[in-house]
Amino acid sequence: MPPSAAEIEEVFRAEYGRAVAVLNRSFGDLDIAEDAVQDAFTVAVQRWPAGGLPPSPAGWIITTARNRAIDRLRREASREDRHAQAALLHAQAALLHAQNEPSEEGPVRDDRLRLIFTCCHPALAQAAQVALTLRLLGGLTTAQIARAFLVPEPTMAQRLVRAKGKIRDARIPYRVPDEADLPDRLRAVLVVLYLIFNEGYTASSGPALVRDDLCAEAIRLARLLAGLMPDEPEAMGLLALMLLTDARRDARTTGSGELILLAEQDRSRWDRALIAEGQDLVRRCLRRDQPGPYQIQAAIQAVHSDAATVADTDWRQIVQLYDQLLAVTPSPVVALNRAVAVAEIDGPGVALALTDRIALEGFYLFHAIRADLLRRLGRDAEAAEAYRAAIERTGNAAERDFLERRLRAVSPH
Amino acid sequence: MKQYLISMYQPDGELPPPEFLAKVMAGIDAIRAELQEAGSWVFGGGLHAPSTATVLRPKDGDVLITDGPFTEGKEHLGGFTIITAPDLDAALAWARRYALVTTLPIEVRPFQGEAGD
Repeated sequence: MPPSAAEIEEVFRAEYGRAVAVLNRSFGDLDIAEDAVQDAFTVAVQRWPAGGLPPSPAGWIITTARNRAIDRLRREASREDRHAQAALLHAQAALLHAQNEPSEEGPVRDDRLRLIFTCCHPALAQAAQVALTLRLLGGLTTAQIARAFLVPEPTMAQRLVRAKGKIRDARIPYRVPDEADLPDRLRAVLVVLYLIFNEGYTASSGPALVRDDLCAEAIRLARLLAGLMPDEPEAMGLLALMLLTDARRDARTTGSGELILLAEQDRSRWDRALIAEGQDLVRRCLRRDQPGPYQIQAAIQAVHSDAATVADTDWRQIVQLYDQLLAVTPSPVVALNRAVAVAEIDGPGVALALTDRIALEGFYLFHAIRADLLRRLGRDAEAAEAYRAAIERTGNAAERDFLERRLRAVSPH
Repeated sequence: MKQYLISMYQPDGELPPPEFLAKVMAGIDAIRAELQEAGSWVFGGGLHAPSTATVLRPKDGDVLITDGPFTEGKEHLGGFTIITAPDLDAALAWARRYALVTTLPIEVRPFQGEAGD
């Protein structure tokens, strides 16, 4: 049966990163690799609907892309284009080298891993790391990435051009880092994937609370990374954290897009399949016993997702996990989240005393949490003031609406 | 192979005490010896203070000579090393050692073209 446009689109999203990664190894140039892969998909869109999907769509894309790139480079090389000549030589050397490798797929899976580490190289600004990862591995268009981060498209295009220029000119290597550098470099990759997920989950600005496409892309990339680096428990922990968080997506907003807090969510709307997968990953992490910040955060979400109601939540275990998290990542945001859990055991008064010792004046959640604790203590005037401070500091419309509703409840006029 | 410029930026004003500087210089010499051993050393050295600089500016077909430096700032280029390295990671590994030895911020920039072009 001939493939539909949606099926071709799916092949594109699933195989784009792999194809760019393989072609970049062949030609030593990201622009050539990207152009070639896009050419190949253009051909696919013309041919596949009539001829049907080839037995290996990924292999077909890679072969077609390589042939087209070589044809084009030959034409350009004959015009004394030194860049094309260099890319062609690189491709010939890579092809000779590749003759020892049995096939295009399978063993070269780690080409994508190399590409992830190149995109997330610390010599690139973090915003560029995020954009490159979405562009080269996710196959998102520049326009899509620009929209997701509310940046004008020319700005995003410029950011990508500049980053690719630096990779080429400064020769940022295309390989998985050495053992000695791997922990730091992997941490940078995890941060980028988590940033993409978080931007999707609570957009820092804009009308909608959640941008599903970014969440889905972050999960796809985290799944890829966890699969490619099975010996890295933090990669698995990050995937688990995303799955367990994303499982609550539908319960997190009302039909009209208003925010619902964890405590007030309809837990029957949580995605049980995602929770089961996330919890299974958390258990595998626990057996490994090499805890890290993402694994601990995933474990905290796993405890939440275990509870049928808020009252059933094992808050003591959650506080213990936050203690463990504070030990590995001593940050005021972690201390703030811990205080929220403490409120459920020792009451809002104790939690408020803890909160007041945390220096996070600029962070809207700090004020929102203080406001909630003050409200529960019946200190409405102070709560109202804290809600106002929180409202001033959030750029997300759904969150602002929520805080304004809360404010009206404690200060009805 | 590529060539990289490793620049060391030091704050304007008074120099650190001589015993500290002696330690820094010994460290820099040790890195240079290793770079030479590895065949990666091209050229390098420390510069005199910015107050010793002279600036030339083209003006109406002639050149105007003035007392330097070219830009006034809080930091100035204190010295530099040019190395060859296979890629940025290798260059950063050397630069990292300069940063630790000098306790100064270090900038790494690639030269255009290939080494030996």
